[in-house]
Amino acid sequence: MSAAALLQVQDVKTWFPVDKGFLFKRRVGEVKAVDGVSFSLRQGEILGLVGESGCGKSTLARTILQLVRPAAGAVLLEGRALTALRGASLRRARSDFQMVFQDPYASLNPRMTVFDALAEAMLAHRRVPRRELPGRIDALLEKVGLSPQARRKYPHEFSGGQRQRIAIARALAVAPKLLVADEPVSALDVSIQAQIINLLARLSREMGLALLFISHDLSVVKHISNRIAVMYLGRIVETGPAAEVIERPLHPYTKALISAVPIPDPRREAHRARILLPGDPPSPLNPPGGCPFHPRCLYAQPRCAQVVPSLEPFGQSGRQASCIRMREIDI
Amino acid sequence: MSLLAVENLSVSFHTRHGVVRAVQDVSFQLERGQTLGIVGESGSGKSVTCYSIMGLVPQPPGRTEAGRALFDGVDLLSCPRRRLNRIRGARLSMIFQDAMTSLNPFLRIGDQLIEPLMIHEKVARPAAIARALAMLDAAGIADAERRLKMFPHEFSGGMRQRVMIAMALITKPDLLIADEPTTALDVTVQAQILELIRKMQRELGMAVILVSHDLGIVAGFCDRVMVMYAGRVMESAPIDDLFYDTKHPYTRGLRNSIPALQMKGGELHVIPGQPPDPHHALPGCPFAPRCAQAVDYCATEEIRLLETAPNHRTACLRVQKEGMPV
Repeated sequence: MSAAALLQVQDVKTWFPVDKGFLFKRRVGEVKAVDGVSFSLRQGEILGLVGESGCGKSTLARTILQLVRPAAGAVLLEGRALTALRGASLRRARSDFQMVFQDPYASLNPRMTVFDALAEAMLAHRRVPRRELPGRIDALLEKVGLSPQARRKYPHEFSGGQRQRIAIARALAVAPKLLVADEPVSALDVSIQAQIINLLARLSREMGLALLFISHDLSVVKHISNRIAVMYLGRIVETGPAAEVIERPLHPYTKALISAVPIPDPRREAHRARILLPGDPPSPLNPPGGCPFHPRCLYAQPRCAQVVPSLEPFGQSGRQASCIRMREIDI
Repeated sequence: MSLLAVENLSVSFHTRHGVVRAVQDVSFQLERGQTLGIVGESGSGKSVTCYSIMGLVPQPPGRTEAGRALFDGVDLLSCPRRRLNRIRGARLSMIFQDAMTSLNPFLRIGDQLIEPLMIHEKVARPAAIARALAMLDAAGIADAERRLKMFPHEFSGGMRQRVMIAMALITKPDLLIADEPTTALDVTVQAQILELIRKMQRELGMAVILVSHDLGIVAGFCDRVMVMYAGRVMESAPIDDLFYDTKHPYTRGLRNSIPALQMKGGELHVIPGQPPDPHHALPGCPFAPRCAQAVDYCATEEIRLLETAPNHRTACLRVQKEGMPV
């Protein structure tokens, strides 16, 4: 892990208890939503986290943001363990890490004007003098591509894309160092999606903001990220520089994921070998033994059902994958 | 005669806040066994077009203002309800984005699957069940016999989509309308479902209308594509022409704003602004306020979809008048 890492996630495990019974509850097991995830993120870097529904990517985000507490492991921001903070000290630390969600309408208070929503965040965390508020808020709105007239309006007066800009402005109002964006463009139309992707990339570049960008859409993630991490059933199965992971995937799951993404080009689509994975992703309640991917993997061997693979380094560019056959199979 | 010929279809919704012209002057034809993609963003009218063909637009508030939809010569928009009901579910089927809304949560899968057979083909129950088993099997559902006795909530999202497809296709329809059939699914499951629809289309020789917001899905699936914006058809062309000989600035903008996997990073192309408010119809081309190529007459003249190249129709005024290359 590099010394310059802003965010360090160390072997985080987030498990949810599963209880059975109504009056006499008993613990029958655990959903290992996040099961031993480690990575780091530098200032100004964009890490794209992809995976299918239920793979634990949102739980990982919520764990980093301390909205759920991990069962084990640590989350460090600038070397300070967020997982050890409680109460007021955690609340103070929150101005360093902010979030943007998929549905901006659900994350904005419908009864507050844009000005009030942004002012609330600024006053709560940074004690900006009141008379400076209008100027700061106009500057912030301009930064996210909204006009100063937006100040007086309510969330319902905006379209989905503009609302997402407001949600981003609100996150930036407290000058965070880390922004976690969970599916920020999934609810938007393609023409609007591009606007928000460009905005997030620009903000990260200009403000040196570290961005954890979570999406199920591999093309979007590839476009915006410096590095990619692919999650499957609570674990990172592959990580590395974005272009390398997409062009030469190491893990069979990454390869299947890439081949499933439709290409907006009819001639390429027509001459394309598509890997059709059998079945659905397994339930995290009852994960398969050995490699979690082996029941759907085209390259699985009997030993894949026994050995739990760990992330192993590959090459010189910081790539890692967790497949015991990654050096012997040519995918 | 085409299997389906939609002519000058216009549908409006009369709400308290005014009239929303959801679909305006839409015309297209579909031959047997062909696949038509309808692409557009939310509010473009792509779903309303399909819903009105199926007679699923609630009236009121909806109103078919004009047009015909000739299915094998029968106008679906004006024929009596009883006749429409004999066609729907038998020769014309539809599947939706969310399978849970089209499956009855209180009925076993088996009972739902055989219902269209028993209604439309008057098949006896044992024979219907045999066909349901074969259909589930063809739809890639293992252990079909046990599955027939299960309820929808016992299936995963991808499995439910397969059940819904099996139900829609059990009467061997001539036309399947698929409205965003994979939007709620993960990509690996999406690939499975698209492959299933393709396979069933080959086996049954049916025509398919695929409604999607995703140009990538359409690229790999359709013979012909129709791009809609603000209730109008902007461009309609064979798949290759639409991608490699794009005429309409909106189509091009849409194509360029997709972050494709093979592309290098950098700024994505952006269509500036927002789609128009459907309550306030403006004169001229609805895309003009966002179009970089717009000139003064774009904001005033009515647009019409015209053939500008063989088999390639576009509603762009500049292409029609000046042959503008985009």
